Amino acid sequence: MKSFNYHAPKDVKDASKLASSSSAFLAGGMTTIPSMKLGLASYKDVIDIKNIKKLSGIKVSGKTVTVGATTKHVEVATSKDVKKAIPALAKLAGNIGDAQVRNRGTIGGSISNNDPSACYPSACMALNAVIHTNKRKIDAEKFFTGMFETALKSGELVEAVEFQIPEKADYQKHPNPASRYAIIGVFVAKHKKDVNVAVTGAKSCVYIDKDLSKKLSSNFSVSAIEGTEVKSSGMNSDMHASAEYRANLVSLYAKKAVEAC
Amino acid sequence: MASLVGSRVERKEDTRFLQGKGRYTADINIANQTYAVFVRSPHARAKIKSVDTSKALKSSGVVGVLTGKEIAEDKIGGLIAGWAIRSEDGSEMKVPANPPLAKDVANFVGEPIAVVFAETLDEAKEGAEKVKVDYKVLKAVVDPAEAMKSDAIHDGVDKNLCYDWLLGDRKAVDEAFAKADKIIKVDLINNRLVPNAMEPRACVVDYNTASEEITLYTTSQNPHLSRLVMSAFGGVAPENKLRVVAPDVGGGFGSKINVYNEEIVCSWASKKIERPIKWVAERTESFLTDTHGRDHVTHAELAVTNDGKFLGFKNETIANLGAYARVFGTVTPTYLFGPCATGVYVIPAAYSNVKAVYTNTAPVDAYRGAGRPEATYTIERLVEKAAMELGMDKTEIRMKNFPTQFPFKQTLVHTVDSGDYVAGLEKAKQMADYAGFEARRKKSEANGKLRGIGVSSYFEACGIAPSAAVMSLGCGVGLWESAEVRFNPTGQISVFTGAHSHGQSHDTTFAQIAADEMGVPIENIDIVHGDTDKGTFGMGTYGSRSLTVGGIAIVNACKKIIAKGKRVAAKMLEVNEDEIEFKDGEFVALKSNKKKTIGEVAFACYLPGQRDEMKSPIPEGDEPGLIESAFYDPPNFSFPAGSHICEVEIDPDTGNVKVEKYTAVDDFGRIVNPMIVEGQVHGGIAQGIGQALHENTQYDETGQLMTASYMDYTMPRADNFPEFNLGFTCTHATSNPLGVKGCGEAGAIASPPTVMNAVIDALGGQEISMPATAEKVWKACKSIKKSNAKAA
Ligand SMILES: Cc1cc2nc3c(=O)[nH]c(=O)nc-3n(C[C@H](O)[C@H](O)[C@H](O)COP(=O)(O)OP(=O)(O)OC[C@H]3O[C@@H](n4cnc5c(N)ncnc54)[C@H](O)[C@@H]3O)c2cc1C
Repeated sequence: MKSFNYHAPKDVKDASKLASSSSAFLAGGMTTIPSMKLGLASYKDVIDIKNIKKLSGIKVSGKTVTVGATTKHVEVATSKDVKKAIPALAKLAGNIGDAQVRNRGTIGGSISNNDPSACYPSACMALNAVIHTNKRKIDAEKFFTGMFETALKSGELVEAVEFQIPEKADYQKHPNPASRYAIIGVFVAKHKKDVNVAVTGAKSCVYIDKDLSKKLSSNFSVSAIEGTEVKSSGMNSDMHASAEYRANLVSLYAKKAVEAC
Repeated sequence: MASLVGSRVERKEDTRFLQGKGRYTADINIANQTYAVFVRSPHARAKIKSVDTSKALKSSGVVGVLTGKEIAEDKIGGLIAGWAIRSEDGSEMKVPANPPLAKDVANFVGEPIAVVFAETLDEAKEGAEKVKVDYKVLKAVVDPAEAMKSDAIHDGVDKNLCYDWLLGDRKAVDEAFAKADKIIKVDLINNRLVPNAMEPRACVVDYNTASEEITLYTTSQNPHLSRLVMSAFGGVAPENKLRVVAPDVGGGFGSKINVYNEEIVCSWASKKIERPIKWVAERTESFLTDTHGRDHVTHAELAVTNDGKFLGFKNETIANLGAYARVFGTVTPTYLFGPCATGVYVIPAAYSNVKAVYTNTAPVDAYRGAGRPEATYTIERLVEKAAMELGMDKTEIRMKNFPTQFPFKQTLVHTVDSGDYVAGLEKAKQMADYAGFEARRKKSEANGKLRGIGVSSYFEACGIAPSAAVMSLGCGVGLWESAEVRFNPTGQISVFTGAHSHGQSHDTTFAQIAADEMGVPIENIDIVHGDTDKGTFGMGTYGSRSLTVGGIAIVNACKKIIAKGKRVAAKMLEVNEDEIEFKDGEFVALKSNKKKTIGEVAFACYLPGQRDEMKSPIPEGDEPGLIESAFYDPPNFSFPAGSHICEVEIDPDTGNVKVEKYTAVDDFGRIVNPMIVEGQVHGGIAQGIGQALHENTQYDETGQLMTASYMDYTMPRADNFPEFNLGFTCTHATSNPLGVKGCGEAGAIASPPTVMNAVIDALGGQEISMPATAEKVWKACKSIKKSNAKAA
């Protein structure tokens, strides 16, 4: 690992000020530290944001659940409030990686990194989340822009993620047996008016499967999507899974999720 | 006194390990040490046109940079193949030079080219980045099945062929096959595995400018052997000026048998730069450069009669050696593989033909089981397929071909001293509720799942082993073991062993044995290993040999202590030696019932006299002191055996395979510590399930290791396993006085075919290769569905 300057600001303003094109925010460090260790990334300044109190914590209002950026996966997984309001979100957090990762990894780090096989982005998409940054509010569908890419600008910091509480939801995941990231993750959320089926792991970036969402919006049952072919074109094919296998898993887990709702 | 052998004595070593107080190589720091970082080839095959170290030498903190040129100039020898194997045509195997730092060509990704020493690790890394190597990249040979048709990667090794070896009689096999009702055939790939010891390799070297002695702390399974190789072949230092210490070692599985490049280079360099050197592998370096395991491509056939009798067996295997032949690399796919490939069966005619090839991949060497898992996989897949094709019960066909007389002269090499294969399989069937399987299968079916059951019966030849036998087969050294028992005046005892514990619990089991032999409390015994300056000599630990060879050396040394103790006690008690009986730590004069404890005798041996009287307890012809050593060379290998049964459930929608039940019944002869043996079996089964279902080493066509981290290489985890159901049968080994057999590798030997037989059973006989990953199984399920639909 190359040496770097370590900063631990107490508030968002200072953190933002320290940021530059050669800096990184450090939340759980679950992605940042390994990539620095492996020499895949190096930074002049590492800005630890864990000491910024206002970035951590969970708030539930009538219609939304707001999770602070540095809230750890284990906190979401075990939160009574989340379990009550959006049990699927707690379930998702509880199945991320392994215990060590859940004890350090954060929601802000997860969505800012936007790994194509991360779990949280699918929840953001399906639950019509609004990403609060120190500059603005961004709708989830505009936030995830591509592989490891987001709408965040330099110095922009995620402060919290506000999820809309659905009527019903479930998350189903086929873990990569090695890393336990998602080979495929399907988040199904039934809102008052419509249904969102968000898919992660399948393509270069999380997306809403419009066909499945539409069918379920008009009839929220397994039979509505039975036999629906999920096309493998455009899906990732790598040593862990072929596109064809991923496509099979998307339709399978969509059904499983509806069943579990 | 109750016997300790046979009881669940808690592990003495756990006190330090569980408190994080173990002392591993990386924990050792020496004042003024430098840090080594190796410059490694990023290419699988390349000519090294030039190495420019000038920028690195100027880099901050860099103390020295050395390359293949300097090591060649200093005439430091390279890494060696420990066994000379001869081809069927009588020619000797072809072994390329394997210099510690590659000078002219690099032959696998990760091969060391140069080394940088610096004041800090960061500076060494910076320096290493500044070494400029100019490569001419050549087309890599990666696939072992294609290696013989590809460019020769080593000068003088035609077709990349190390040897083309035959064991057995082709003509007799042809005759047997001509008589067969049916020929069962399998094509198998025994997947390459990365050993993944929890502790990465490391070394710390300290050159003493005054005594000119090199001390090498290293992660080795066999420090004396390392010293021998580094001295005799490496020319690093004379044997008496080289001290090798292998302190606590966190797992080896075979990957720490070899003397590696880094140990030779750092030892040589420490003398050159006159500074201590520390090197610790990063996990990526472990993935790339630890010797890997398995990697066979096999075609095998079994000739059978319609009623399920085995007539003949043939095995044609291509074994991938990787880029170089290492210590056990050439024997693993030959004498550790071929003889066991006929399994636990009476098969009148058999042969194994193995072609070992070089490829531009990490060297392949012994990995837990070494050759015997590959052998067992071959025969047990065939036997299971035979049962399926003949419509026979899987256990019945096995029983029908088991030997019932022991000693059993196995078809190809071994004479198995003892065993009862029928009892083992019967017990396994009972414990696994074999009879109830059909009901469980139906239940799974009702839930839309496919359930399968698999059996494998194995034996293996371990406890390697008789020197005359192994040296006649090409081994470069004899595989005896030594021990020394030092009874100190105060009654504390140090037992030195040449075996090395890196997870085998020798501190405990060896102490149990010595405590029983000498009738002393186990607390008084300290097992000492892993330091060439402390113990006499030793061949180390691998091939499940520690107890059956090293343990017996300890027994014999203890017996010498007792023999001398008897003579001394007789003199002290003023009786004849034959009137003394030794029992529970006491020498008793039978007539008078007067006694001396072994502690008193030891004390007298060191303080042989008394005030006011000219009287010595030491008999004429004996010497003071109470230290005895023994070298033990066993008359035979040891032959553990058993039967394992596995049940899996497959979800056809995802292809996920769940191991539902795993039953193992093993015969390890007399068991010294059941808890430790169970632990060894658990670990072995876990590794075997890993091979069968998870571990998938992949090189791309250019020779880059795709699975070089835990993000991509699937290690099995606790949640991949059911609770293991273990049972034991016991026939004592007749080849050693304790009646023990090796237990360290059995789990990894028996389990891959057991699991795969279950998976294939669930798939209705559809063949599938290891590892049976979810996608592969899903595809198989789909093709079954398709063919069922067609049939309907
Ligand atoms: C072995 C392993 C398994 C995993 N499995 C899963 C899984 O199954 N599912 C899953 O979803 N994830 C998984 N992850 C990812 C993990 O859960 C973390 O979410 C992820 O590594 C990043 O979170 P972090 O808090 O550690 O961020 P860091 O590593 O600290 O940061 C990651 C990136 O985000 C930026 N960043 C961090 N916080 C903010 C912020 N508030 N605002 C703006 N930018 C920010 C950083 O600058 C950096 O570029 C796994 C990770 C590992 C190592």
